[in-house]
Amino acid sequence: MNIAIDMDWLLTHSPALIVAIPLLGAFITPLISKIGDSVRNAWAIFIVLLTSFFVFLLANDILTNGSVRTYVFGGNTALINNSFAVRILFEVDGMNAFIAIIAAVLAIAGIIYSWSFMKEHTGLDKYYTLVLLMIAGMFGMILTGDMFNFFVFIEITSIASCALIAFYTNKGKAVDAGFKYIVISSVGALFILLAIGILYSQYNALNMAVLAGNIQYTFLDKIAFGLLIGGLAMKAGIVPMHMWLPDAYGRAPSSVSIILVGTTLAGLYGALRMTFTVYGNSLLTATTNKGDIPLYSIIGAIIVSLAIVTILIGVLMALKESDFKRMIGFAAVGEIGYMILAVGAALLALGTTYGDKALTGGIFHIINDALDVGLLFLVAGAVYYVTKETSLNKLGGLARHMKYTTVFFVIGLFAVSGMPPLNGFASKLLIYQSTYQVNPILAIVAILCSILLLAAFVKVFHSAFLGPKISKFEGAREVPKSMLIAMGFIACFIIFFGLFPNIVINSIIEPAKDAILNYTSYIGGIIP
Amino acid sequence: MISPEFLYSLLETLRTGSGVWNPISWIIVFVVAFLVVYIVRGFGKEDSQVKGEKAKVFLSGNPELEKEKMHVGGSNLYWGFTDMLSWVYRGLDKMHNGNVSDYIFWFVIVLGIFFILLGVL
Amino acid sequence: MIYNIPYLAVVALILIGLYAVIFKRNLIKIVIGITLIESGVNLFLITLAYRQDSTAPIYHGTGSRLMSLPVPHALTLTSIVIGVAVLALMLSLIIHIYRHYGTLDARKIGEEKE
Repeated sequence: MNIAIDMDWLLTHSPALIVAIPLLGAFITPLISKIGDSVRNAWAIFIVLLTSFFVFLLANDILTNGSVRTYVFGGNTALINNSFAVRILFEVDGMNAFIAIIAAVLAIAGIIYSWSFMKEHTGLDKYYTLVLLMIAGMFGMILTGDMFNFFVFIEITSIASCALIAFYTNKGKAVDAGFKYIVISSVGALFILLAIGILYSQYNALNMAVLAGNIQYTFLDKIAFGLLIGGLAMKAGIVPMHMWLPDAYGRAPSSVSIILVGTTLAGLYGALRMTFTVYGNSLLTATTNKGDIPLYSIIGAIIVSLAIVTILIGVLMALKESDFKRMIGFAAVGEIGYMILAVGAALLALGTTYGDKALTGGIFHIINDALDVGLLFLVAGAVYYVTKETSLNKLGGLARHMKYTTVFFVIGLFAVSGMPPLNGFASKLLIYQSTYQVNPILAIVAILCSILLLAAFVKVFHSAFLGPKISKFEGAREVPKSMLIAMGFIACFIIFFGLFPNIVINSIIEPAKDAILNYTSYIGGIIP
Repeated sequence: MISPEFLYSLLETLRTGSGVWNPISWIIVFVVAFLVVYIVRGFGKEDSQVKGEKAKVFLSGNPELEKEKMHVGGSNLYWGFTDMLSWVYRGLDKMHNGNVSDYIFWFVIVLGIFFILLGVL
Repeated sequence: MIYNIPYLAVVALILIGLYAVIFKRNLIKIVIGITLIESGVNLFLITLAYRQDSTAPIYHGTGSRLMSLPVPHALTLTSIVIGVAVLALMLSLIIHIYRHYGTLDARKIGEEKE
């Protein structure tokens, strides 16, 4: 068997395999779980590792060559007699590969963590089926190049996530959080479908690249743009539509919360793709009705004002909260504000060097925030596993019993609030210094809220880990090994990204930034 | 893969638009400063805690309970800061009341603002 | 003007559905509101496909008349199936919530106290 030919075949078919393997694995899992528990656990990690292998193979090829790969379902090429056939296309460029890497890392950590976190619950075969379905939907949302396919994968992901958020059915609050999540996700997705219908009615195309090539900024296009950005911003958790995020993240099991972070980031990726690629031509050329203000300045101003409100409200609510996982949910809302701030500042300063640096910082912050908030959720789950408490008023003095968990929490604390030398500082430094040149007030608010976030997490550290011995937690032991391995896996990435930020920026972030600023290469993947 | 260029690129500094940041130099400076502080601390007096009668000055006459009850934690921390901002938190708590209809109401308001801004401007 | 009536019906359905989701307190009425919004969006997709004097896009084998576009019909079928799945999930969650809380008032359930 020739290994070289197999690699090429694998590389050509990898976009389809990345979505098909978790989907097939999800449907076979109930059969395999009849054999035994450890066989089912091994099957879950085997599927996720196989998917991650394909993700890293595809990402390695795209990020080093800078090319765009397309995969056509149901035929050989996208064109028949020089016109477009009705086929679904997956199109992968630098930004897709970047988000897929984040999703793969979070999925591996989530599955390893849930081996021992969920061991004493019943109904675990349904749990692993739903987790694999959620991973399949998340990868489909990231890799697709077709608008209606994007909507279908959003719905798959939200149905699987809702059932997982409501996993603790013996308590009422978790089921209520699941209900809130599915109502909000359903309304958002229906408005996205309305926008897709409006765009289809004008251009007779559902493909993102064809839409990007043909779009003119008519009145109906403006309505569709508002609906798309509104629906996707609600899924990404931008204030004032963020209120479902602390409820859903706070009541879900911790191993589900870390994969939910991945799906929220996939929604944010969808918003960036719509703004920069599908409407990319009209961002640069269209002007407004009144004067000669170009469209990207208006969109940049809207995004920056939403971002400032997001950061302030996320951090202020996190300071007052007394429930461990809800506080991490509010911190996640604040961190999404930083990403949006960088993107908005890049739009306001399009074409200058500090605009480029702002976009680099924003994209670098996506992967840093996913890793940091993921590690904090895993630590919160470890504390809940040992003490069965989530309220900070009842915890205390845990650093005596759980030494490794305390070290991981300190790493997560310094990373999420932007302390040197960890990875949060590298991306936040880029954001501070580029947004300062757009407007000094933005940088002032960003630095102030970083310090408030540090204050909020030091409060958690003091309440939960320091302090005298509490007699109720006398018999507390360290958490099982698989949870420590998952936490250590993410902490290694955090320390590596912090100590060597240049390697990460040159190899992963710069191709993603070039891919998202350059919408013509996305169109060139299909129309040669 | 481990080549001299790779090892050299590990030590590169990150150039932002208007500054530089090198984590390796920061760690070296931090470790040196930490060693200096640790050595200077070693010259201090051992066992200089106040106990018993001398400690009553610090407690201003309150009785000293056992350690478990004296721990200030949870929602009692940062009381001064959150009390100063209580006018902000009154409005924010009304926004986060957990009612799903109010969440969709905020969504419709933001959609309306988007339509007005995109359509008129 | 008469060909614009389906579009007016779409807007009316979506607005009535949003009114039911935002202003009603009973959880089942919120679910009915979501179903109304979904019906409105499906009607919009079907109305896009119609051409004047056209028939269903199925080949009969004899002759050929003008046919409406088949792609929005496929999109609408997918959307109806997704809507049925989401509706089943929401109703089963409401059964669990009623068993635990004893009431279906959205304001009493949504508070943060356990």
